[in-house]
Amino acid sequence: MALETDTMTKDPILKVEHLSMRFGGLMAINDLSFEAYRGDITALIGPNGAGKTTVFNCVTGFYKPTMGMITMRQKAGKEYLLERMSDYEVNRDAKVARTFQNIRLFSGLTVLENLLVAQHNKLMLASGYTILGLLGFPTYKAAVGESIERAKYWLDKANLTDRADDPAGDLPYGAQRRLEIARAMCTGPEFLCLDEPAAGLNPRESLALNELLRGIRKDTDTSILLIEHDMSVVMEISDHVVVLEYGQKISDGNPDFVKHDPKVIAAYLGVEDVEVEEVIEQIAEITPGDTH
Amino acid sequence: MANISQTNVVVSNNLMARALREAFYAGLVALGLFVLFVGLKTDQNILNELVLVQRWGLLAIFVAIAMVGRFLTVAYIRPWFEARKAAKAAAPTVEREAGFVARNFSLLALIALVIYPPVMVALFGFQGSLKWVDNFGIQILIYVMLAWGLNIVVGLAGLLDLGYVAFYAVGAYSYALLSSYLGLSFWLLLPIAGVLAAAWGTILGFPVLRLKGDYLAIVTLAFGEIIRLVLINWTEVTKGTFGISGIAKASVFGIWSFDVSAANNFAKVFGLPMSSAYYKIFLFYLALALCMLAAFVTIRLRRMPIGRAWEALREDEIACRSLGINTVTTKLTAFATGAMFGGIAGSFFAVRQGFVSPESFVFLESAIILAIVVLGGMGSLVGIAVAATVMIGGTELLREMDFLKQIFGPEFTPELYRMLIFGLAMIVVMVWKPRGFVGSREPTAFLRERKSVSGSFTKEGHG
Repeated sequence: MALETDTMTKDPILKVEHLSMRFGGLMAINDLSFEAYRGDITALIGPNGAGKTTVFNCVTGFYKPTMGMITMRQKAGKEYLLERMSDYEVNRDAKVARTFQNIRLFSGLTVLENLLVAQHNKLMLASGYTILGLLGFPTYKAAVGESIERAKYWLDKANLTDRADDPAGDLPYGAQRRLEIARAMCTGPEFLCLDEPAAGLNPRESLALNELLRGIRKDTDTSILLIEHDMSVVMEISDHVVVLEYGQKISDGNPDFVKHDPKVIAAYLGVEDVEVEEVIEQIAEITPGDTH
Repeated sequence: MANISQTNVVVSNNLMARALREAFYAGLVALGLFVLFVGLKTDQNILNELVLVQRWGLLAIFVAIAMVGRFLTVAYIRPWFEARKAAKAAAPTVEREAGFVARNFSLLALIALVIYPPVMVALFGFQGSLKWVDNFGIQILIYVMLAWGLNIVVGLAGLLDLGYVAFYAVGAYSYALLSSYLGLSFWLLLPIAGVLAAAWGTILGFPVLRLKGDYLAIVTLAFGEIIRLVLINWTEVTKGTFGISGIAKASVFGIWSFDVSAANNFAKVFGLPMSSAYYKIFLFYLALALCMLAAFVTIRLRRMPIGRAWEALREDEIACRSLGINTVTTKLTAFATGAMFGGIAGSFFAVRQGFVSPESFVFLESAIILAIVVLGGMGSLVGIAVAATVMIGGTELLREMDFLKQIFGPEFTPELYRMLIFGLAMIVVMVWKPRGFVGSREPTAFLRERKSVSGSFTKEGHG
């Protein structure tokens, strides 16, 4: 199974090549290369401080990497070099959306308004950069109706329709997480980056989140990149896992492969470099025939 | 039964005893505080010698006020508040249906404004109505318009602007200079003043876009001062501190003029007795129309994507960028739109005064406009209009309080206490309603029902 998917020629949507990010004397990411495939849920995992969020911020344009190339290839074949674009262009032109580790909703706006703000660029165009809209042109009204329909679709998906007219800050934590994802989806992305979407959720909220993510993969052609600490979420929903430690990639493959990679186990459990061989042997003893 | 009444008597006796005791202490404290400040006064006699004047009577009044005040507070006011609080907690919370006035407040206020000048004329006659229409009506409307303009920058986009008066000055001087040098008409210059102010808003916007919060406030403050100093020092054009006088009056769309010498003078055409009241009443309706235009545009803009982006910017700028919103242009449009309203209000101010000088555009004006926006409730048009009426109308009203002269002596000028009362009123309102008169915000779109968003969820912005 693992071999099959690896040998299949997959279509990469995001290609990260030789990415490095330096903060003063700290090398947060060091020569990282990986690919995310179209239609997949790719998970980026690693111990605390491994540089996962930094990779995210580089991909979404919030940081300018010191070195390296990040290529986003849209379905139509158009390629964007994300490291050269500013943060809002990454969303507007390259169609890469993101969420944040600490939720960033517009808390004083209602849930529906949050989803309408996400469709800003489309509505801006429809309102003739506000001028036609101010004069009450029908094209703008039609566009608003369409946007509300789209917002309704995602409200339904995120199970938030009942709270549509409440302020976003009034929602419980799990619902805020789902709203943030719904808001990102309202921008119509081809690639969605989620920074620890399950952090702080209780098991039931976690389940609702998994359902939402699976729904996104099934019903839209949006590919997902996610950072997650909760291994149950990672192993259950991701198709492809990239493991970081100290800003370098230590493993890359399907969840099963990564789970048994001695380097990953060493990174998470923490062993000396010289003991890595021992760990490999131990794993071989415990699970014969499952090593790659 | 007897027991209960007995305990009641005991409790009230206890309360009275405590009140008297506390009143005594308060009197002691007051005596200690005021004995040197009030009881004794140094004065110069005819020989220029320093003598000590003793004012024991006044001191006694001060101490008595403190004692009686403390007694009343402890014995009556505090128990009353506690009883009310307990009654409120005990009573079930019933959703009160808003009254007719509350529901139609904007419409009623508009009707009242439309009939305001005729009512004033009917009450005080043409000459007597001047003060009420001009000092109260027009001045308040100018501040309402200014505050609504600043509301876009501070209330909606959350950008703290302490130099808003700069755009007011740009508008006023645009009209004053272009009409004196080029002889252009008011109706042409009104939009031009708005456009020029908007251009200056954009020019200010560019360098300050990278700044946030306190830093932004300081730079905008500096910008306001720069404009004022340029107006003072560029004497060849602006005539410096002398200001520009004899600014042309506005006309009714060029049909009727208000110049006394003109052939198409309004009063002459209609065969009315000469009075400056017609012009003031005309200006009042013009100001009202401009305010309505500003309100209409603001309400429409809030429902446009740009308006939502402004509010989103106030809530979270980083999230805005992650959604593909260009925050640079969004901030610039907020600055430019706010500045445009300021410029239009400025050119109206110039035409009303007939005279502009840099003295009208000091920092205090910026502070007053900002105070109106904050007191009214950031983002709320109705709240801001009420705040402007209370603040500007209230301070104007002080000039009318002649009866105070009978109490405090003929030298007493109540308007000198303007700023003191202004400050006190602000403190009271901020304690009583920390989010301003209207603290909640109306959502711009809804699926099922329009619920206003409580002020505790909205943010003030940080850039």
